[in-house]
This record gives sequence, C-alpha cells and structure tokens, in this order.
Amino acid sequence: MTTTPLRPATAAGAVGTAHPRVEGLEKVTGAARYAAEFPLPGLAHGWLVVSRVARGRIRSVETGPVLAMPGVLAVLHHGNAPRLRTDYERQFGAHDQTAAVFQHDRVPHAGWPVALVVAETPEQAREAAESLTVTYEEEPHDIALTADRPEARTVDDYLPGVTEKGDLEAELAASAAVVDAEYTTPEEHHAMMEPHAATARWEDGRLDLLDSNQGTTWVQSELAGLFALDPADIRVRSEHIGGGFGSKGLRAHQVAAAMAARVLDRPVRVVLTRRQMFSLTGHRSPTVQRVRLGADAGGRLRALEHRTLNHTSTVHEFLELASIPGRVLYDADAHRTASELVPLDVPSPTWMRAPGEAPGSFALESALDELAEKLGIDPIELRLRNDPERGPVSGLPFAGRNLAACFREGARRFGWAGRDPRPGVRREGRWLLGTGTAAASFGAGAGPSTASLTAEPDGTFTVRIAAADIGTGARTALTLVAADALEVTPDRVRVRIGDSAFGPAMIAGGSTGTRSWSWAVMAAARELRERLAAAPDIPADGLTVRADTTEALGTLSQKERHSFGAQFAEVAVDPATGEVRVRRMLGIFAAGRIVNPLTARSQLVGGMTWGLSMALHEEAVRDPAFGGLYGGDLAGYHIASHADVPAIEADWVDDPDPEDPVGIKGIGEIGIVGAAAAVANAVWHATGVRHRHLPIRPDRVIAAGAVDA
Amino acid sequence: MHPSTSSTVTLNINGEKHQLSLDHRTTLLDALRERLDLTGTKKGCDQGQCGACTVLVDGRRTLACLQLAVAAEDQEITTIEGMARGGELHPVQQAFLELDGLQCGYCTPGQICSAVAVLEEHAAGWPSAATEDVRPEHGPPELTDEEIRERMSGNLCRCGAYVSIVRAVARAAAQQDESAKEEAA
Amino acid sequence: MREFGYRRADDVTGAVALLDADPGARYLGGGTNLVDLMKTGVERPARLVDIRRLPLDGIELTDDGGLRIGATVTNSDLAAHPEVRRRCPALSQAVLAGASGQLRNMATVGGNLLQRTRCGYFADVTKPCNKREPGSGCPAIEGEHRNHAILGASEHCVAVHPSDMAVALSAFDAVVSYQTADGPGELPLADLYLPVSDTPHRETALPRGALITAVTLPAAPVAARSRYRKVRERASYAFAIGSVAAALEVHDGVVRDVRLAFGAVASRPWRAHAAERALVGSPADAEHFAAAADAELAAARPLPDNAYKVTLMRNLVVAVLTDLAQEAAR
Repeated sequence: MTTTPLRPATAAGAVGTAHPRVEGLEKVTGAARYAAEFPLPGLAHGWLVVSRVARGRIRSVETGPVLAMPGVLAVLHHGNAPRLRTDYERQFGAHDQTAAVFQHDRVPHAGWPVALVVAETPEQAREAAESLTVTYEEEPHDIALTADRPEARTVDDYLPGVTEKGDLEAELAASAAVVDAEYTTPEEHHAMMEPHAATARWEDGRLDLLDSNQGTTWVQSELAGLFALDPADIRVRSEHIGGGFGSKGLRAHQVAAAMAARVLDRPVRVVLTRRQMFSLTGHRSPTVQRVRLGADAGGRLRALEHRTLNHTSTVHEFLELASIPGRVLYDADAHRTASELVPLDVPSPTWMRAPGEAPGSFALESALDELAEKLGIDPIELRLRNDPERGPVSGLPFAGRNLAACFREGARRFGWAGRDPRPGVRREGRWLLGTGTAAASFGAGAGPSTASLTAEPDGTFTVRIAAADIGTGARTALTLVAADALEVTPDRVRVRIGDSAFGPAMIAGGSTGTRSWSWAVMAAARELRERLAAAPDIPADGLTVRADTTEALGTLSQKERHSFGAQFAEVAVDPATGEVRVRRMLGIFAAGRIVNPLTARSQLVGGMTWGLSMALHEEAVRDPAFGGLYGGDLAGYHIASHADVPAIEADWVDDPDPEDPVGIKGIGEIGIVGAAAAVANAVWHATGVRHRHLPIRPDRVIAAGAVDA
Repeated sequence: MHPSTSSTVTLNINGEKHQLSLDHRTTLLDALRERLDLTGTKKGCDQGQCGACTVLVDGRRTLACLQLAVAAEDQEITTIEGMARGGELHPVQQAFLELDGLQCGYCTPGQICSAVAVLEEHAAGWPSAATEDVRPEHGPPELTDEEIRERMSGNLCRCGAYVSIVRAVARAAAQQDESAKEEAA
Repeated sequence: MREFGYRRADDVTGAVALLDADPGARYLGGGTNLVDLMKTGVERPARLVDIRRLPLDGIELTDDGGLRIGATVTNSDLAAHPEVRRRCPALSQAVLAGASGQLRNMATVGGNLLQRTRCGYFADVTKPCNKREPGSGCPAIEGEHRNHAILGASEHCVAVHPSDMAVALSAFDAVVSYQTADGPGELPLADLYLPVSDTPHRETALPRGALITAVTLPAAPVAARSRYRKVRERASYAFAIGSVAAALEVHDGVVRDVRLAFGAVASRPWRAHAAERALVGSPADAEHFAAAADAELAAARPLPDNAYKVTLMRNLVVAVLTDLAQEAAR
C-alpha cells in the first residue's frame, strides 16, 4: 500500500515506445476467444423474446405450444422467473431496470425483454422464440423529444446538471456579436462488432459467468445485488471484448442466462441478436441543444449559455451532460450550462464514447465557428483569445492545459495559415472544398483499483488485475508500465486481466481505465521491489504482493484535470448530389503521457473516425407510430465504412500529468470530441451553409444547397 | 410427405474433412463456431451487414452467416485458423499485427480473410467501384489506398481501425508484388 | 427460422420439377437475400431447391454481338468479365456499386433481379406491410419514407427495388429467359416487374415455379459509352438513395441515341423513356439534359421526406450525361 505519489517513470524504458499488442497474435490468428466462444458440455442456448409494443402490459405468454417444440427446455417470463432484488447499492450510475428481467408485466418500451426461450441448439431456440405468442394490453406511447417538453427537468449526476453565473441577458445585450442557434444530434448506438454474450453456470450455489464486459468486478457486484449473493460467490470472466464504448455493463442477457442456468441446472448461453442490441444495450440519447454566445468586437466572450435536453426511459434516469464542454473550454462574464432530461417510452440510454462531450462539443464548437464568422476572426484565434487560466465554473487551476499548443502544432501541420475564410469559393470538379477546426476536452479521472503482482521463480512477473481491454490496448499498456516499474524488459511481464477473482478494479470507461490500473500496478511494483530488496529469494510458488490505490487517490489535489485537443478536417461536398466526403483529418492532443504510441495513435484515430461517422452517417430513426426503431440493424444504422475514412492523423504534444505515477490522463474519448464539429465547420466553409443537425445527410445537403450553386 | 430437415454433410475446412449431421438451418458460420469449435470466424450481425464472418469458399471471400452449411458441401473452406501456413503468419496477418490493424480484434479475422481475397481479386485484374474506367483496354487498376478502401468496405470496424488496416493491406500487397518479381527473376 | 427440406438440383429440368411438386419450395441461389429473410421470418419456405451449382454460370456473346448472361453467374464474375466491361461498362459499374465484395461473390444474376425491397417495414414482421401481408397497410406513407419511391408507387406501397444491376440492365432492354415445368419462356425486363397498384405483394410476371435461366442484353453500340452513378448515405456498402444508368451517343453536338434508367426511385428499375424521347435530336448540353430529366420527373409524386429525390435525380441526370458528352467530345 502506498500513500504518496510514486516517482514518475523515466522516459527511457518501455513506456513511450511503440509496442504491438501483446494479444495481437491471438487476434490475427483467430485464437482469441470471446464470450460466446467457450465450448461447455451440456450447454443450452437461450434466445430472448422482446416486446413489439412500445408501452403497455403483458396480458399472456402462451408457453404451451413452444414448450412442445423440438429441443425446447424452458420459457422464462414474468410469470415464472426467479425474483430479483433491485434495491441494492450500485457502483456507477442509477439503477436501470432493463437488466432486472421478467419481474413484472409492464412494458416500458419497444424491444423490452419479455421472455427467454431455452433450447438444446441455437436453431431450435431461435425458432421457438420467434414462435412464442405474447399478447399485450397496449397503451399509447410518447417518444417525441422536442425542445418544449414541459416535463423536462435536470438532475445532478456525477456533476451538477446546471451551473450558472452572471447576467446572461445583460451581457448578450451588450455584446458586439451574438450567436443564438439550436443544434440537434440524433439517437446514436454503440454498435460494437461483438454482440453482447454471456454463458452462465452454477456450481454449489456459486455463479460462474463468461461474459463480454467493461468491468468484471462491476458486473460481479451488480449480479450479487440482483441475486442476493455474496460477491465472493460470483466469478465473472471477460478476457477478450469485441468493443464496448460504454455499453458493456450489466445487461438483460447476463441476468437471463444466470436465471436460466439456475432453473435448468446446466450451463446456458445467451447471445443478443444485432437487432436486440438496438433496444437492450443502451444508446446515446438524441439531444436538442441551444447555444447562445455573445462577444465583444475583439472576440472576448461576455456570455455563454449552453442548454441541452435528452430523452431517457421510464425505467432509468440518464442525463446526457452535453452542456459540460463549456464548463472547461471557455469562460464568460455570464456563463450558464444546463442539461435536462425528459422520460419517454424509449429504451434506456447510457454512456457512449465521450458521453456529454461528444454531442455537446458538436453544438458548442459549431457555435464558436459561427461566432468567428460573425466577428471576422479566425476560428483558432477566437479560441486562443478565450483560453481561460482557471476552470470557468470551478475556479480551480488546471492540471495542465495545453490546448493552445495543440492548436499551434495542428495549424502548422494542417496548413491552416493563409486559409481563405470565405465560404463556398473553392471548387475542384464537382466538389466544393472546405476546412474546419474545433477544440476538444475530456475529463481525466481515476478510480480505485487493486492489483496483485507476483515475482515468479523463473525470473518473470505476473500481474493480475480485473482490468478490461475492450480494444484500447490496456493489456499492452499495463505490460509496459509494469516492465518499467520493475526495470525489466516487457517480455518478462505477463499481464492477466478480465477476471473478477483478481479483486476490485476500475472499469474500462470514462478514459480512466489505463490510468487507474497503471496506478495500482505501479504501487504493487514498488511494494514488490521493496520486498525483493529485503529478501531476494523467491519461494517456489512465487512472491506475491497486492496493492490498493483507494487511499492514494484520496490525496490527489483539487484541480481541473482534462485532456485537450485541436481537431482539423477537410471536406469535399457535391451540392448537386448531397455527397460529403472527408478528405483528411488531423487531431493534435494534449492527453497526458502516452504509454504506447502505436496503440494510442490507433485509439485516437478511432475516436476521430467516430467523429466523422457521427457527423455524416449515424442516426437511429425512431418510428413515431410504433415507438421502435426503423431499420435497427447495421444496414439501417450506418457507421462509417472503409470507403468513408480517409487518411486520418493523430499526434500529441508533451503533456504529462505530474500527479499521476506514470503521467497518464486518458485517451479513450478525447479523439471523438470536437471531431464532428470540425467536419460540420468544414462543410460550412465548403458550401457557405450551416448544418446544425446531424448527421449531414445527402438529403439535407441537397435541401440546404450552397452559396455559389 | 414432410421433407427431411437435416442431412449428413461433409465440410472441407482448412484442408480437413468433417462429417456432420446438420440441421438445414445451420449456417456455415454456426457450423464452424458451434459444431467444430472454429471460433475464429466471428458473428457480428448474422445478417450480411458487417463482414465479421468472412471466410474463403473455393478461394472466394464469402459471408458465412448467409451461407447455409448444407449448401457448402464439398467446397474448400478456408477460415482464419487456416491462414497461417507451416507456423508462419500470412503476410496480411503479419502486417495487421505490426501496423496495429486492429483494436478489439473482433472484426479482425474477417478483415484479414477479406484482405487476402482482395489481393487475389486485384491480381486477377478485377475492377472495383473505385476504378475510374472499368473498360478492359484501360488495364487493371493500381491498388491505391482508395481502391483498397472500396474493396474492403464490406468489413465494418467499429473501433475505427480502418486507417491502419488500409496501411497493412497496402504493405502486404507491396510484399506480394516484391515476391512475385523475385519469382519472375 | 422454421425447419426446411433441402435438395440440390442436378439440372434445370429437375430443379423446376422439384419446385413444381412442392408449393412451399423456393429456389436457393446465392442466398444473400433469401437466407436473411428466412432469419427475420419474412420468408418461411418448407423446402429449398439449391440451384447454385446448375450449369448456368456462363457469359456468352450472342450472334448479334449482345451478351447472354447465365442466371447463376455471380455478381463478381459479371462485373469482372472483359466483354461486359467492354460492351456495357455501366453494367459492370452498377454491379460493383452494389453490396460488398463478399456478397457479390455469393449473389447470382437471377437472384439479384428477384431480391426483395429493403423497406424497413417489409423486413420487420411485427409491422404492417401490404407487400408482406396484403391488406395490413403501409406504414411508410405516414412514417419513415426518406428512401422510398417517388415514381410509380401507389397508396398501398411505396417501397423501392434495391438492385443496382437491374437498373443498368433495364437501360439496355435486357430480356429474361426462364424455365417452367411447361417449358421455356422469355420476358423483357421491362415487363418482369408488375405495377404496384393494389397488389404490391405480386412483384413479377414470372409464372409460378419459373426458374430464371439467363438474361440477354441485345447488342447496343451506345452501351459501350455508358456509365452508372450511385448516391448513397455512405461511400460504400449501402443501398442507393438514387442512381442513374446512362449511355449517350452525340454527333455534332446533337443527341443521336440515349439510354437512361433510374434506381431507388420506384418498385422497379425505372427506365426513363420520357427523358430519352425528349433528348433524341436535341442539343447535348446541360440545359437540355435538365429539361429531359424534368420531363421524366413530372410524373414524380414524392412524399414529404423524399422530395429531395426529385432534385437529386435531376442533378444526377445532368451530371452523368454531361460527363458522357464530354467524354464523347474527347
């Protein structure tokens, strides 16, 4: 256990050097096994049945005919399922009833889980599930998210829903230039490539779950609450995870699998279908946002107001804190940020890559661009003139704020100097060309974690930590961190993750994973080196130490801790067909110490790719008549394909966090923040028309036209 | 009379023959994953909308989720598990590994199988939607990044590894050209 | 997916006989659409007759210089075939613009013509759809219809045909050959797809049990200078929101011959006869191209959210014909 910050690792070691993923070989050969890929004797297959109505009550579940079908073993529903507890303490966020399956007859949204059919083979389970007749008492549903909902209200989440200072109306009235605009972003889905899947089995009252999640001890604690078990009686493993992006926590399928496995006393696997994922695994709520900015003639902000509204379900209160970018990026004499929600008959939204910042930065950073246009000030210069020295809301100093350095380096590399600010004047064949920029920030946090570290008799070391590598490269980063801390080469370090048996650890979320886990690994390494210095002989079963960062994290100074970034995009727009192509993107980030440049670059570029996809493609269309999605699959919900994604470059400026043992801030989200705004601002520069509603679809571009067309 | 709804089928996978009694509903994807423990081929959407289940059937890239297993009898099926030969990675696999053409890894086997086929298709002179002029007198298109992107577009990657994937495919293509030249010389 | 029988057909006669004998049977080609629809429950055949390995996979030149394309030729082989690329580049381009490399390797020419609409209501068995369940209604008209029909639709169905290939084929007067238990038959592609009317569930004029055996493209010198342009909501691997197959022959600045067909605007590939008539003999310039497009689109009856397609198609026609005219001038 350590209570004082550790010495930052030297730059000379493994940290900071490009290193291929330690599990890369397994992944390129198909040997890496994901949650649904472990063969088990006696395995039965569960298939969820979801509601076709958007609101009402289940009147009947006609199990008889289905139970008579070949191979069918059981049908679980609200009339026969084991009871669950829902009043337990949760580690993160409010309770989402969606995972507490089959506890009542209410249907709060289309796609709600109403039954699980279990059969010997997946083919039998699917046909039986599709054949199950469920009747409903339908009630009228309400899914319309509009700015004028009277029930809209704010709540306090991990941050307050509302912050305010100063007299907005007075400052706006006194401003030389004012922007007042509404922006919207649509419902967006995580759409990770690996569907949620879990295999559950019970032995002697203990639950063993093979799962795909972003935190094994997190899911363990949730299941312990629901099933009223001691967490020690639940083991959750999740070694390889095919993407998470905020969606892979406790979901209906794990609970349904655990229930069925207990009822049948045999292992049961439940894999969500791609279409079920669109109603059962969370999403980013659509947002309606209004931004009001007022500035003096020199560009100094006098007023900043950012109001946002999102939907949530009637069974989960989720606030999309889209108003928060302004709490970090810009100060103003009058400053108000407010996020509100309205419960509707829709599935529960949740965190999705850069929750809050991703949709919020689209609106705020578009508005900044509009203000720059009105003032005739270069968009980068406008941001530099409003770069605050202390947190605009908190008044706290920044633990490093290198946004200006990002913009300067980015402008140099992108070729921003000499950019003609006039829109609609660059043509190349049928394409109008434009460039845009935007600022990015995302909070840098850390959560308590434990790790164990074993010195093996053969001279190698084994780290055990309930970390999750959802594609971030965390496993590799931890290997490099441990190697440096132990002053050995990385090939002597084995990092085992994704097992709740390794003890409590932070989840892979909020860009905190690698920072939190590295801290624990550093602490364990320090302890181990001290022990080895005192007694160098290693026993036959190795020498193991444990570390817990809870206390150390409590000693962190109060500061504004964030990653920052400057986003750049060049686009080509054909106003005749509405096609928009991104030609290149550049992101320069100040995101703490970069542990593994190879995988970090991938993650940042991945985030920027999300931003491109958000700007041009992504939109889940909720059907007013039925309340469910129209085209809720990967043909209906477009994410960017290879052909949409040009050369995207990401790089960083030196920005270590001196209070973190490794210097890490976190890079999981910062890449998407501001990226959609940079694209949208580039579309304006190309066409002279503002697009304030995402995605920038061909039909919208055709309708909007272009200034010179 | 009701037709029989299952058959005994011989599947030829990675050079090995497997005899299975199969429910006709079983896709090649499920036969691989659930019956033969060849889980390298991934199920991303099960609807032909993502490319994660790409395998080679008689050398051509195919979506295993839309291929009924019973209809693939007697065809040569190559999965990601059959890509490496004699303990050596296929150049495409090697390039993915070194250039970080993957993040979560779930789309990776499909991307790799697809890329291997892309190199073959290009070598055979096939045009693509990115080819400026498809008329044969214009000759085979050069395998530019734009051509690679278009040809790989049937493989979605949600982590956003496209940029590195394209780089990896380009490197493998360049290596293939090199060795073709060496063989010719 | 319900259980089903499976038989691999050895020859065309056998395939047709198997289907004739079993009203619940369906032909299985590449399966890229049928297997998906079986998974979603839209299709529930009792038996599949696998025709994928029938010897219908050749592409031959006809005596008059046209092309005869076997029904089981894969989309990939069709697009890559040198004679197709030489004689009708728009057909190669159209096929390449569709789906993905994997799907093109599986999908066959016959199956491509008979694929079903990708309308989201049709694909969702929990929703009404007159095409899937006659008389249940068409929610698209009041609901989501951004990518639905602007031409030739009815109050009963506004779905569009998803094929790119068929658009190019329709521009060049393709003829469909088929076989039934009663013998062979032929249908011009123009007559293959039935008008929507009040029977959107009746999609083609093929007799019951007919197996498409080939598609013939008659010789058309103009097709050698042809093009296919497709607009979609992402750059690849997506269905069209509007597409144009076009060919143009210009002499002394005057249009001598022109072919135009539209995709993603109707329940069938839409041959733009009115536009063609307006163009022949007129100057080959943007103004006349636009007027011709307007002549065709005068019949458009857009819904509130797909009116953009009228502008899109007009702009596409002008852009593609202008490109072809410039190419001809070089």
